[in-house]
Parts: sequence; structure tokens; C-alpha cells
Amino acid sequence: MQALDNVRVLDLTQHIAGPYATRLFADFGADVIKVEKPGGDVTRRMGPFKAGQAHPEKSGLYFYLNCNKRSVVLDLRTEEGKLALAALAKTADIVVESYAPATKERLGIGYEWFKALKPSLPVVSISNFGQDGPYRDFKLTDLTLYAFAGEMYSMGETDREPVKMAGTAALFESGAASAVGIMGALFASKRHGIGQHVDISLAETHFGGVDRRHATAIAFQFSGRKTLRVASHGGGMPGGIYPCADGYVDFTNAGLRPDRVAAMLNHADWLNDPRYSDPMQRMDPAVIEEWNGNFIGWCIERTKREVWQEARRAKVMCGPMFTMEDLFTDESFRNRGFWTRTSHPEMGELTIPGRPLIMEKNGWELRRAAPLLGQHTKELLAESGLDSTAITAASGGAA
Amino acid sequence: MTQKPLEGVRVIDLCVVWAGPFATMLLGDLGAEVIKPENPFVFQPMTRGAMARPPQMLIGASIAWAGGLPHNEVGDRPWDYNPTFVSLYRNKKSFTVDLRRPEGLDILRRLVAVSDVVYENNATGTMEGLGITYEWLKAANPKIIFVRVPAYGSNGPYAHARALGVHLEAVMGHSLLRGYDDADPSSNTAIYSGDYLAGAQGAFAVMTALWNRDRTGEGQLIEIAQAENAAAMFTQAIMDYSLNGNVQGAMTNRDIDGRSPSGVYPTVSPGTAATSDDRWIAISIDTDEQWSAFGQAIGSPPWATDPRFAANAGRLEHHAEIDAHIAAYTATQDDYDLMHRLQAAGVAATPVLEASRMFDDPHLRARDFFKTQTQPASGAYEYVGPLWKFPGTPVEYLQPPVMFGEHNDYVYRDVLEVSDAEFEALKAGGHIATEYDASVP
Repeated sequence: MQALDNVRVLDLTQHIAGPYATRLFADFGADVIKVEKPGGDVTRRMGPFKAGQAHPEKSGLYFYLNCNKRSVVLDLRTEEGKLALAALAKTADIVVESYAPATKERLGIGYEWFKALKPSLPVVSISNFGQDGPYRDFKLTDLTLYAFAGEMYSMGETDREPVKMAGTAALFESGAASAVGIMGALFASKRHGIGQHVDISLAETHFGGVDRRHATAIAFQFSGRKTLRVASHGGGMPGGIYPCADGYVDFTNAGLRPDRVAAMLNHADWLNDPRYSDPMQRMDPAVIEEWNGNFIGWCIERTKREVWQEARRAKVMCGPMFTMEDLFTDESFRNRGFWTRTSHPEMGELTIPGRPLIMEKNGWELRRAAPLLGQHTKELLAESGLDSTAITAASGGAA
Repeated sequence: MTQKPLEGVRVIDLCVVWAGPFATMLLGDLGAEVIKPENPFVFQPMTRGAMARPPQMLIGASIAWAGGLPHNEVGDRPWDYNPTFVSLYRNKKSFTVDLRRPEGLDILRRLVAVSDVVYENNATGTMEGLGITYEWLKAANPKIIFVRVPAYGSNGPYAHARALGVHLEAVMGHSLLRGYDDADPSSNTAIYSGDYLAGAQGAFAVMTALWNRDRTGEGQLIEIAQAENAAAMFTQAIMDYSLNGNVQGAMTNRDIDGRSPSGVYPTVSPGTAATSDDRWIAISIDTDEQWSAFGQAIGSPPWATDPRFAANAGRLEHHAEIDAHIAAYTATQDDYDLMHRLQAAGVAATPVLEASRMFDDPHLRARDFFKTQTQPASGAYEYVGPLWKFPGTPVEYLQPPVMFGEHNDYVYRDVLEVSDAEFEALKAGGHIATEYDASVP
């Protein structure tokens, strides 16, 4: 048994945020029926691809986002496709969709359509800017999402342009926030019998989210102060990123505990030096510069793993900057069971990150690899009572 | 008051900094009753601020989101209105108790007995030091759901490593995957995206465990190793190494799939970065059709119709040249005006919005995004809204950012039903207070 194995999610999302949210449901047991248009989810055309060869069944991104789901191809531009969708919707506990609001109207599958089928059915819409408002139909990408709604403005160097996070991290954050919203809708339905149309704006998941935008906004309201774009890393010594023998180590805010830093460096005497122990003198740039000069010398004699080991011994906050190779070859992550192995008809054996979290009872399982496009069209539509002619018509000839 | 999805669920918040408090905030927004026990004798840095009573000079020297207190004054109760604290502690209750003493721990035990969830994200060993283990919680309440968020998990050589989000993201590869492609990573401003991810997934995990408990009657232990949890955000880099052995690096603002151009460009600014008055626009071109529409939207300058740039491969190859052309154009444009023109042409473009400008944005106003909260210690201000809109079970900010010990009467008398004599004894012992003890700096 898995916690959510009595939940069926009808998943009409594509790209990153929606599929990431529904993957979490699938991981904890939900039967997630992924509806793909003929040709498939756009991430089937996004890399990284196995051996660098663009192919709809060889995208590592699609694979990661869609494990544990079943894929059904429906052409929702046709009546047959919509009939099949209606049959699936009647069996679902919740619908999640990420169409642009205008596209949904054109297809005629807005909330009212689902409500007419089954009034108690919650529908969660994930869109760029929400279901209404002047930017309703605006385009949004990971870059512009973080630029507009996230805290990109204050990221980077003062005399250069603001700079984004890695990859599509902002969209993954929105996906995690969406999963909580979907779960909220499921609880409202189950506990109170309330079906409703939940409106999730990717922009608002960042405007309202953690990682500082929530705090920079109220800090301005409180004080009139704005957050500068500076490469700051908290006060004190050490504070920030330092080079070491084979890379870099991050000591952001480590200086909050001078006692531990002194222990890490075997310099208990520093605690008696007012330049290092007095809260105000510790902020003097000249004192910090002199201290940093010595500290860099200490770091540069050590590898990032050696620096981290010393920091861990003394309970100093520190993070060595790992490459993907460092991460994959790290024994501790491996030994904890972070990685999992699976196989796929087109990609063969592959290693992916496993459980996002550990529930001791009825928790995470990798039950199946990401589906081939339309792999489950026939079985799902036949279960829903469609005959083979209707199935072929509904899938636009794909099945 | 309308019904809420998590009405009737009680959560004890033993959280610090951001990742834990974000999770319990989401649960509170969905209607759970979130109660935070706080110790009048121990100040947890980075939750209610850097210090209980910071010197006035320190708040001025701190970055705005840490030191931007109301009217730039420390005031009488700085712990109640630290910007990072108030933005995470709506819809929660606070009561005080010294958990280091047996009678204080017993109060927690009695609260656990009438609660559903205990959530903590302290450094590994902190809870054990207080005597709070899963076994202890289960003895108090066999159905309790206990969520722990250690940085690297509860076992292995990194179990006791001290970390904020930024440190564990360095380990997961984020620090080398972001930033300027022509600079070393030492200019990377600290970010805390892993706190966001782990916080949201923590709330998700609590609800998954409640769903499970509804079916089986059983509570359980949940461990979220925050580093492991953050991995999803770097899926493309992880899968590229897994599938192909490629080690990806920083790419400034370029697109991970090579769609070009993708960048951040200067616009007309009322001032400079020194006062946070510089303005920029982010532009992402997805397709050749969008590139063509972009050129027309900005008046078809010769470079925009250069045949070398007509297809994405050519634009990617010449991205530096294209970026220079775009920047020269955008430098004469207003960021919002350009956003509207480009969006009308079907191109993703948005200003890089400095936080104070959110409050002037017409879309956020049209969607009634902001919410005014009035906290007695600081007054009325506009706060950012919730992450989702539920028309049938609306997210309401029923409790403004909670003041230290604000719910002592409620928790002790209404929830725990302590006698007057016990209440007075706990008060005399310093457990029940509405401010930090004078000994706390």
C-alpha cells in the first residue's frame, strides 16, 4: 500500500511545474493519468537527451518529471477526444491542468465543463499569471518568472545585470508549491465535499513564496529600504565564498558563531581579541580584510572535502561547491540511498535521484519508469468503456 | 469563517529559519492550527532576527530583508517585526515555555497529546538534546506525525553538518550551475531555493501522512533530507551527467535548452544600482517565429532581419552579438512599456522587478494579491498574498504575524486546561512571558 493509492489524478499539465507537482502524487501512490496531445508533452523535445540525440522517448527531463505516471494520447480538438476525456474525468478524484486560459476556452474544457460532468470534482489550474487579470494571456518562461516574480533583481554583482538560478529551478519551486495547492483541493473535497476551481498563478507562487521576495517586500513596507544587488554573504568572519585547493567553499553566515570558527581553526585565542569578538568591531572592513587574508591561506591548503570535514568537526556552517561529478561519486549520498536505478525501453538502464523524502509508512516507490507516448491509451480508454474505434478516434489515430 | 481544507488539524511548529516555518505557514494558510512554542531564555538566530535586542547600528548595517525594521527603529519588541519573521509567521499562534526544564517539557508533552503533527528543522541533535525523540512523542500521542528536516539526513558522515539552504545547495551543485559564465562563483549572492522546495514538500508530506492516517489510523516519522530534496531543481544537470557524463556549468541568463536569445537587458532607469534604481528587462525567445515577431515589435532594425539570425542555431552561435544589439535598443526603452509591446507580439518579456515595485503592478492589484495585516507591535502594512486562490475554501490571513507569547492564555488555559495555580507557578518560573528574558542579548 502507498498513502495515495486510492487517489486518481487526471493530469492535463505539460512542461515542468505541473508535471513536477503531479509526479509527487504519483510517487506516493496516486494513479496519475497523464493526458498528452498527439506528439506529446513539450518536454519530450527538451534536453538533456540520451547521447545528445533529440528523440521524444530519450529526454532526461521528460523522464524525471513523469515516472510513475500512465500516458494517454487524446486529441482534444475533436469531439471524440473530449468524450474520452469526459469518461476519464468521471473516474478521477481531481483534475490538474496547465493550459493557457485562452487555449482552454478554445478547446471548451474550462471548469464549467468539468463541473457539469461531476459537480464535486476539484479542478486545479496552473497558469502563468492566473485565470484573470491584465496579464492573463502573457507568456512566461523560467527566466522571466524569476525576473518578475522571484528575487532575481538582487542576485548578482552591483555593476552587472541581475542573474538567474540554475536550469529551470524557479519552475520546480512553482511545481512544489502547486503540489500543496492540489493537496489542499483534495482535502477540501474529501473532508467537506467542496468541489472548486483552484487558480494557481506561477507568478504568484514566487511573489508569495519564500527565498526573500516575501521578506524584501515587507522590508520595503516597513522601512522604505530596498534590497541591493550585492554579492553579500552575511556578516562576520568568515562570510562568503572562498577558493580552496580544488574549487570553492561557501561559508555564508558562518561568522555568526565565532566560537566554532575559532575551534575549527584551532585559534581559541581569537575569542579574547575584541577585533574578532566585539559585534561592532567585527564589522570593520579593515578587520575583515585582514582576517580573510589569513583564512584564504588556510582554505587554499585544503581540498573542498577537507575544508568541509574541518567545518563539520567544529559545527561551522559550510558547503563545498560540488560538481555533478562530485555529487554522483560521493559515497555518503550513495550509501544513504539517494540514487535509484531503473530501466526504460528506449534509454536502457539509468540512474536518477530517488525519494524526495522518507516516509516510514506507505511512502515513496518507483513503480514504473516514465511512460512511452500513449503507452496506456488503449488500456485506460478501454477501462473507461470506449471501444477500439472510439479509442482510435479519440487519440487522433495514435492508438 | 468558511471551511478550510485542514480545519481541525493541529500542528506544533518547532521550526527555525525558513524551510520549516514556510512549511507550517502553508499548512496554516490551508486552515491548520499552527502553534509555536518559544523559549523566553533562548534566542534562535535567524528566526525572529539576528539578535533579540540588536544594537540600532546593526539593523542599519544589515541587508534590508534582515534589518529593515519598521521606521528603521529597533523599538521595544524587535523580535516581533523582523521582516523575514513576519513574512513566515501569519496564521500561527505563539506561546512560551522553557523546554530545557522538566516542567516545560511536560507542557510540550501535554500539547503533543492533543496535536496531530510536530514539525522541526533544527540542527541534528538539537531535539535529542531536549529529550524530544520520535519515541517520546509517540508515548505522548501514538498517532503523531513527526516531520524532521535535517540538512543531509539523520545518518551518514554528513548527519551533523551545519547548513543553511545556501550551503546544501552548494553541495547539490547549484552554486556552480548558476551565476555569470565569465566570473568565478565567489560573486554568487546567497540564495535559498532549497528552503522553498523543502518547505513546500514538507507541507505536501504532512498532508500525505494525514491522508494515510485517515486510512490506517497510524501516525509516522517523516525525514526530509533537505539536500537530497533539492536535487529535483537541477534535473537537467543531473540527468545530463547521468545519461551522458556531461558536467554542466554556469550559463548566466541563457536558456538551458539553447533557445536564443535569452537574457537580461538594461532599460531606462531612474537611478543606479547603488540605490536599487537600475531597471532591466528579461526576454526569452522560444521560436524562430517569435524572433521574427520580436524584430517587428521593435521596428525591424537591420540586425533583427539578419539572415544569420533567422534560425535558432545561428542566434545561439552569435548570441553575444545579438545581446549587444538588444541591449543598445532596450537601453532607450521603458521596461513596462516594452513588456507590453513584446507580450502583444507573443514574446515572453518582463521587467526584472525590484521588490518595492510589486506594489504598483496593475496585474497584482487587479487580482487583489496583497493583504493588509495589522499587528499590534508594528501596525498595519501590506503583505504578499498566498500562493494559490481557493474560491470555495479561501486562504485568509486570520492571524497577523504572531507576537512572542501572544497566545499564552489560549494555549495554557483553553488547550491544555491548566489550573490557575499551575499557570501562576509556570509564570513565576519564567515559562510564561511575552518578551525575552533580560539576560538574552
